[in-house]
Amino acid sequence: MSLDLSQFIPTFLEESFEGLELMESSLLNLEHGDDETINSIFRAAHSIKGGAGTFGFGHVTDFTHLVETLLDEMRDGRREIKNEEVEVLLASVDCIRLMIEAIQNDDDYDPSSIEETSERLSILLANGEDNASDGKSVAADEPMLLGKIWQITFIPEHHLVQTGNDPLLLFNALEDLGELIVLAKTEQLPSITEIDVEELYIHWQLTLMSDNASEADIREVFEWVEDECELDINLLSDDTPAPPSSVDEQPVNKAPNTITVDSETIEELPSHLNEADVALEQAASKALAEQEVAAENNAPAQSSSSQPTQATKPAAKTQTSKTPAKGKGDTGSIRVGVDKVDSLINLVGELVITQSMLSELGNDFDLSKVEKLTAGLEQLLQNTKELQESVMRIRMLPISFAFNRFPRLIHDLAKKTGKDIELIINGENTELDKTVMEQIGDPLVHLVRNAVDHGIEPADKRLAAGKSAQGTIWLDAYHQGGSIVIEIKDDGGGINREAVFNKALEKGLIDANASLTDQQVFDLIFEPGFSTAQAVSDISGRGVGMDVVKKNIQALGGRIQVDSVPGEGSTFKVYLPLTLAILDGQLVKVGDEVFVVPLITIVESLQAKADLINRVSGDMVLYRLREDNVPVIPIFELFNLPAEHQTVDNALMVVVEADGQKVGLMVDDLLAQQQVVIKSLKDNYQDVAGISGATILGDGSVAMILDIPGIISMAQKIAAEKQAERIANYSKALEGAVN
Amino acid sequence: MDIQALAKDIPVEGEYSLEGIDFITNGEQYLTFLLENEQYAVDILCVEEIRSWEKPTRIPNSPSYVKGVINMRGVIVPIIDLRLKFGIGKPEYTETTVVIVLSYESDEHSRTIGFVVDAVSDVLNAEENEIKNAPTLGGVIPHHYVDGLVNVGDGVVTLLSVEELQQIEAHSIG
Repeated sequence: MSLDLSQFIPTFLEESFEGLELMESSLLNLEHGDDETINSIFRAAHSIKGGAGTFGFGHVTDFTHLVETLLDEMRDGRREIKNEEVEVLLASVDCIRLMIEAIQNDDDYDPSSIEETSERLSILLANGEDNASDGKSVAADEPMLLGKIWQITFIPEHHLVQTGNDPLLLFNALEDLGELIVLAKTEQLPSITEIDVEELYIHWQLTLMSDNASEADIREVFEWVEDECELDINLLSDDTPAPPSSVDEQPVNKAPNTITVDSETIEELPSHLNEADVALEQAASKALAEQEVAAENNAPAQSSSSQPTQATKPAAKTQTSKTPAKGKGDTGSIRVGVDKVDSLINLVGELVITQSMLSELGNDFDLSKVEKLTAGLEQLLQNTKELQESVMRIRMLPISFAFNRFPRLIHDLAKKTGKDIELIINGENTELDKTVMEQIGDPLVHLVRNAVDHGIEPADKRLAAGKSAQGTIWLDAYHQGGSIVIEIKDDGGGINREAVFNKALEKGLIDANASLTDQQVFDLIFEPGFSTAQAVSDISGRGVGMDVVKKNIQALGGRIQVDSVPGEGSTFKVYLPLTLAILDGQLVKVGDEVFVVPLITIVESLQAKADLINRVSGDMVLYRLREDNVPVIPIFELFNLPAEHQTVDNALMVVVEADGQKVGLMVDDLLAQQQVVIKSLKDNYQDVAGISGATILGDGSVAMILDIPGIISMAQKIAAEKQAERIANYSKALEGAVN
Repeated sequence: MDIQALAKDIPVEGEYSLEGIDFITNGEQYLTFLLENEQYAVDILCVEEIRSWEKPTRIPNSPSYVKGVINMRGVIVPIIDLRLKFGIGKPEYTETTVVIVLSYESDEHSRTIGFVVDAVSDVLNAEENEIKNAPTLGGVIPHHYVDGLVNVGDGVVTLLSVEELQQIEAHSIG
């Protein structure tokens, strides 16, 4: 029987992405970093290397090994942390990510960048030995001792191998330090019927004879499994003082049931571990080879034996709530905090109680129990509501998932543009639905890129304007009402109103003597016409693909708003619904059909008064709503439905707003308001113009959800067609008259 | 648990048998149904369920043969009237009218669509060599929808391609 390792590959990939993210963010903070930061970077790299080795991804192991070596020098203080190193390490993170993504997608990658980076790493490493700064190296060098004998008791927890660790690899590493005698203790081995093949039941007594290994060296070998085992390290030879660290002085008893094996025969141990398939053996030999390389590379390091970095709780562990929002082909998974699941379980418990109470009530029901029934139903309502909220909360992730790519982005962009930019992130714990999160990433990147590109001025210009040379970009997320607001703010030059206005004029988007508010002018940058390359060079404002940004945000049911003060900077506010799965809807009736109007779009509902209806320019129907003239869209006509109210007089109207445009939807009846779960029409059918989806009503029937922006553009299209037809008819008539 | 006990629990081959399973034979199985008075059939493995006719919710501006959508346990399923789609007579909704819900998984996605037929009739077993090519002479059903013909007694059953039926683009607005 063999252990199928491939089932753990997705976990490895996921953890690697997490590790990479951690490495990246830590590297960016390294400038004012401490030992802890370097440790966590090293740990992440080490973990990726180990995992890659286990699964036989040699190219990842080889590359990560170089990174690890460099990091090792840094954490030992043998190498100063300079800009160059950080840049190379950042590039390395990209390379590892590239390789791991290639594994995930079962795809090829372009090896050129990896070769280049690994060359840079090698050069750095080669130089490092000469330039090594001993400044940070701590004087706690242990005296060189010859012929030390270490007694190591290694009692791993049963689940050790499930975390991807293999004692065999540890022993191989130990063997590099000196001569090793391995004693396997099998007294805990259960009878064969009770063995769980994925558990580890054996523990080991190791004797290491080494010329120069310090306790720190041994601890380093076990560093990775430290949390998952009991480890005693005793110095047996008497001629040296015991190391000051917490060493258990208990002599190790010769336990019965022990067998003595040397390290070569470990592979034949009858434990499940060694029943593992060839992959493991390959991994072992690879690790062995790699350790040799490591030993060579570290040779000068070991002689100077610097301060061991005491294994602190891996920083990666605190990151476990993170899910990489990556991977195109995966089905997508969410890691959910246990508290969320707990509250869900609580609620389900309550629901079950309510249910049993109600069915008890129904057993022999009479009118005297009506009150109890009402109370029970009330409770059911409450339970359902809470349950719904809890389930929704499971899909919510902190927005840091979307935000944490920005420090790197700013870092790279600042370098590219030669600007000095500080990024301040606030509200990264604000929660947002997973689907929204995945889709908001790209628009946000675009907005931030724009802020760097067009918002922040070059340093000389900033100084001339009396500002600090360093520009600042703020990213902020917060709740406002039922939606979430993401703010991208810069302290740059602001949008040049004149330039935008002139550009719009040139493009024919506006009239020369149009009087526009600032807001209206700024909104012009979202016009598709502004997204040409010409516009970028011509105006100082923003413009690359802003129409796409706006479209994407609208597709999420959100909107974007710009504010800008000349000389002080601009603020982009993105308003998003909390979730895409559920919306508050107003049910309306047109003919026999029930439609859902998203409540968020509704301005008001009213009964049309005949004297407020104006017909202008042929057959356009406008309704005077206080100061506004609102075009009326008869839904029945748009959708070709038979309807009660064929004319607008006295019709019921739902005034809705989208894209800053108010329209009145003519309907036959207003029904209840309710929360509806949005179902896709596209899954089994296709997108339908004017319809954003379907939902299931209380009685099990299906109702269509109106897509308000879609309806407006539909109505505009129909109007344009009608107009074209009329013009055609008119010119035909004119022609006839002339002839 | 003792290994011996475990071994005893393993059923011996042939110890259990399912009743009524004897109708399964070799070859493919098809569900046959009626449109007007003609017999048609689809691969039975694609049949998700057979539902009685209920009035679906209309989809605005859809072609007349798209009757609308229904709620099938929370999934929105479009309903297409095959008689209207193929132009076979004038559809009447009677007591035997049913909706055959077909699921088909292509490389990119899976689709579930319901088809209104006059009645379901039988399960047909057909070996591959019994399926004959359909002649391309007349007929109202576009040729690509037809997988072949099978003789049943004196009659002929037309095998429809579920894959083609699930091409929603063919049922799109137009």
